[in-house]
Amino acid sequence: MLSRVADSLYWMSRYLERAEHAARVINIQLNLMLERGSQSEDLDWARVGRSLGMEGSGDDDWNTESLAQSLLHDASNRSSIVASIVNARENARQVREQISSEMWEQLNRLFHAVRRSSPEVWDARDFLQSIKEGAHLFQGITDSTMTHGEGWQFIQAGRYLERAVAVSTLVGAHFREFHQPAQAGAERVYLEWIGLLRSCTAFEAYCKAYTADVKPERIAEFLVLHPSFPHSIRFSVEALEAAIMEIGREAGSRRAVRVERIAGRLRATLGFGQIDEIMGGGLETYLAELLRQCGQVHSALYQTYISYPIEAALEA
Amino acid sequence: MAGIATKHTLPAPFHEYELDDAFDEMVDSDGAVRPHYRHIYEALRELTGDELRRRQQIADLSFLHQGITFTVYGRDEGTERIFPNDLLPRVLTREEWTRIENGLTQRITALNLFLKDIYHEGKILNDGVVPREIIYSCKHFRRQMRGFYVRKDAYVTVAGTDLIRMPSGEFVVLEDNLRVPSGVSYMLVSREVMKRLFPELFRKCGVQPIEHYSQALLSTLRALTPQASAQSSSEPTIVLLTPGVFNSAYFEHAFLARQMGIELVEGRDLVVHDNFVYMRTTAGLRRVDVIYRRIDDDFIDPLAFRADSSLGVPGLFNAYRAGNVSMANALGTGVADDKAVYAYVPAIIRYYLKEDPVLNNVETYLMSDPLQRRHVLARLQDYVVKAVGESGGYGMLIGPHSTAEQRDEFRRRVEADPRNYIAQPTIRLSRAPCFIDGNVQPRHVDLRPYILFGDKVTVVPGGLTRVALRKGSLVVNSSQGGGSKDTWVLD
Repeated sequence: MLSRVADSLYWMSRYLERAEHAARVINIQLNLMLERGSQSEDLDWARVGRSLGMEGSGDDDWNTESLAQSLLHDASNRSSIVASIVNARENARQVREQISSEMWEQLNRLFHAVRRSSPEVWDARDFLQSIKEGAHLFQGITDSTMTHGEGWQFIQAGRYLERAVAVSTLVGAHFREFHQPAQAGAERVYLEWIGLLRSCTAFEAYCKAYTADVKPERIAEFLVLHPSFPHSIRFSVEALEAAIMEIGREAGSRRAVRVERIAGRLRATLGFGQIDEIMGGGLETYLAELLRQCGQVHSALYQTYISYPIEAALEA
Repeated sequence: MAGIATKHTLPAPFHEYELDDAFDEMVDSDGAVRPHYRHIYEALRELTGDELRRRQQIADLSFLHQGITFTVYGRDEGTERIFPNDLLPRVLTREEWTRIENGLTQRITALNLFLKDIYHEGKILNDGVVPREIIYSCKHFRRQMRGFYVRKDAYVTVAGTDLIRMPSGEFVVLEDNLRVPSGVSYMLVSREVMKRLFPELFRKCGVQPIEHYSQALLSTLRALTPQASAQSSSEPTIVLLTPGVFNSAYFEHAFLARQMGIELVEGRDLVVHDNFVYMRTTAGLRRVDVIYRRIDDDFIDPLAFRADSSLGVPGLFNAYRAGNVSMANALGTGVADDKAVYAYVPAIIRYYLKEDPVLNNVETYLMSDPLQRRHVLARLQDYVVKAVGESGGYGMLIGPHSTAEQRDEFRRRVEADPRNYIAQPTIRLSRAPCFIDGNVQPRHVDLRPYILFGDKVTVVPGGLTRVALRKGSLVVNSSQGGGSKDTWVLD
């Protein structure tokens, strides 16, 4: 498979996952803000920016209207939902011959729907809902219409790497903000924790595992270490490693060893992790380390399959 | 007047089929249907307008769903348009085709000998058959190709030659496309669609197949495998090099690559190392032996040609000259489809092959010749004036359909740069029946067959018939409101 094609499939998938995640987080925030009242709105939006990993979001720069609009509709804001969808489609367009026509049509539909609508922030629920549904539909179409070969594995790798990064960032931002010894306003903080779970579609699954008794340690354990919940970091990383192993098998490159080792180490970090030790050593430190390793996986994937130096490839 | 009108009136759905002095593909000068059109004529009489419309819709949908589009330049969004396809096939007899095939084979053979000659000894120039200054002043002449031996002497591997039919019924060559001719995918797809829409008619008529084109193209490309790779036992790696998704013919590039089962690559997928060409794959670098390139000479290698090209591959030309990779078409073939050189093709055929041309040229006036120029400029309203290096219907003046200002503009341009222009008399292209507004009407058509030159010459029977869909129009280019139709060569 051409490196350029692999690159486009990988990014198409990452951008779509990014749009879906952002749509979910913003939707939950809109809900929470209704509970909180309007005095803290500016701060709230600033936190949304941080939990989506947007850089340079000093609190002063933001106010509700401009930040929210920008997160939703500003194509020049690289983190906005619109920009993510546009980028996903642009990548798909480059490899239109490699994906199924059903995939292309669905992504195209989503793109046109997003470009058409530009609602007020407080009316954005339907818009956000359509993004989530559109992304889910695309994922289903992809799985059922595309050969599960090397290209599909790159799509998987992109999706789960993006998800691992997004959830790590979100959980980190949330714990920095709200994980303090119990104090006044516990009710409101309770809502925030539920919001975090909902942002990862995890509330119901969490309740089944731990009942509705919301405790930060348990939430951390669930979102970071749960082996079979699809939005936990561990699950994402295991799926990422599986995709990388498949790619190595399909491409048959001798240089694959390095990226497989790095992905394997990341998987082991989570697979053998203990929540009390993680909390003891500082969850934020731990998540920062995960993010660093995710970055390494990305670089190694690139160096192995996509933008390798000529000399390295000729030796192989 | 009334007498003439009734004489040529045909029954529905042909009631609006008016005849004039152009050659008609279906009806002879006495108003009788030609024998090879009889099956189609009768089938159309039996089908209702609604039924025809239904089939037209099926055809249009089929083109839309397959994404058979071309790009109109100079617009922002929604630049992709469907290529209009007419429902009714254009039919040629076996005798007509044999003559065309012989003529095209002769022509490409002579043109390849000519290209080899002018990039080596230049005998034809020394003998004064073709003026030296026309060759060296041609903007598509590539001095970098001097003295370089092209694999199998196949300069032009893929050609698309535009033929038109004179009022006398004779086929003549209007122009050669020897650089990166396109349109062959429309020929293949519209045949697929026609077979689905008119199966009974298809069987009754006995149409020669064209489906082997992709196979023939692949064998032709394989014949160009560089010597060193040809000796090794492994299969040569052949790729199709496209400028990318924004190119107007991208659909065709993807289509052909898929049909041949070869990789569709862009410039950035290829790297040159030690004069060998590789493509970047996830499994590492893979040697490339033959490139079917759909990028113009100018953009193919920023080190050898235009430095501002980001479509090409730096170092590709050196690898090519080193004989480590073959390209189809070779670089520098554009000199032979320069419209001023075109005027000399009959002489070129006589010079190399010692034969008379089977297919004649359209009478052509060179504006660089003062006498011919004076003659044409005095009667611009009767002539078609063309820039020598352009294609696709850009940069031309159609005298009878022009305004006085346009003619003045062209007169100025011709006088400023005479070498850059030629003129031809306005020719009434032949007309073929088309399905328009619910009935059958005649429209002007041309014919572009595709010729392959490798170990042997292959011309698939038929080609792309292009139609000027606007009533009375003589311009068939897709960028100027033209469409296409399937072409049937009967067995």
